[in-house]
Amino acid sequence: MSTSWPLWEVFVRGKRGLNHVHVGSLHAPDAEMALRNARDVYTRRNEGVSIWVVPATEITASSPDEKDPFFAPAGDKVYRHPTFYVIPEDVPHL
Amino acid sequence: MADDLERRFERTVQSEARIEPRDWMPDGYRKTLIRQIAQHAHSEIIGMQPEGNWISRAPSLRRKAILLAKVQDEAGHGLYLYSATETLGADREDLTLKLIEGRQKYSSIFNYPTLTFADVGVIGWLVDGAAICNQVPLCRTSYGPYARAMIRICKEESFHQRQGYELLMTMMRGTQQQRDMVQDSVNRWWWPSLMMFGPPDAESTNTEQSMAWRIKRDTNDELRQKFVNMSMPQAEALGVTFPDPELRWNDERGEYDFGQPDWDEFWQVVKGGGVCNEQRIAHRRKAHEDGAWVREAAVAHAAKHARKEGAA
Repeated sequence: MSTSWPLWEVFVRGKRGLNHVHVGSLHAPDAEMALRNARDVYTRRNEGVSIWVVPATEITASSPDEKDPFFAPAGDKVYRHPTFYVIPEDVPHL
Repeated sequence: MADDLERRFERTVQSEARIEPRDWMPDGYRKTLIRQIAQHAHSEIIGMQPEGNWISRAPSLRRKAILLAKVQDEAGHGLYLYSATETLGADREDLTLKLIEGRQKYSSIFNYPTLTFADVGVIGWLVDGAAICNQVPLCRTSYGPYARAMIRICKEESFHQRQGYELLMTMMRGTQQQRDMVQDSVNRWWWPSLMMFGPPDAESTNTEQSMAWRIKRDTNDELRQKFVNMSMPQAEALGVTFPDPELRWNDERGEYDFGQPDWDEFWQVVKGGGVCNEQRIAHRRKAHEDGAWVREAAVAHAAKHARKEGAA
């Protein structure tokens, strides 16, 4: 029997009010053990108040080879930024 | 097309941006990183043994709790680093096998024995101190996952070094016998600590390419000098000396002059001839083999529960 455990990606919420952030990965036989191992490996010094573990095989990522075309739609839309608009300085609260 | 990818890689590295796992990278860069990070991970894992030797014999509950936490950190550091190698396509099981079959190396420092409890303090102060010198620049290494692992590790190493120095300060305030024990330990660990930075630059085969790829940020000799400069005032404050007759302040250079470690001994230990090489690997192998039934049982348990959930 194969004894290598699947790989899990670990995300930790540092404190209330923050997003979960990717911190690394680990091997574990199931989700519950992955959570426990994640606690021991990634939060030995109160680095987190909440942990997500996700099977690494379940993550779909954008391809780095096409990163320029993939993000191109946002490249030429300067009008999406507030600084695109010229407003007289004496108009308040804008 | 390949030239294009290579140019983009070079540009990214030159601009101090990070290379990330799915980026194109030269084969040599990937291989060098896997070798270096795996060797680093193995060092953390094997590094649990010399100090683990003293956990059951720590002189107080306070020292035992500290030592346990430190050894647990070493395990954690090994895991962060194995995790980084996997982003490069390495397989963790395969790396463990390479370690226990002697096909990959770990830092030679861990092939020296820990003879007294003072060694726990000196390892924290000098060995972890040298490790910090080596590792702080690696927080800016060009490969993202390695740099991020190093940032976590460096934060934790600071605790390791301070607990060691505090342990030694306590012993130096004790009896003459305890002070002698500290000095004896410093005498044994000083030269191996200097060897931790690797062979002199002129003989270091990997340095040049690694610096061009910004994997490595400083040369072995630069880091060794920095470590000596840092350690001297600490030794004076502690009241111990280093066993090097050539060690003295050089006003002109604004740095300490120091002698060369015995490089023949270094190569002998690297090639397997150290006091503890066999013991360290045998212990790691035994832990791996004795744990096999646990790994198998956990897989069987997970499979059974997955089937039950599927049936429900």
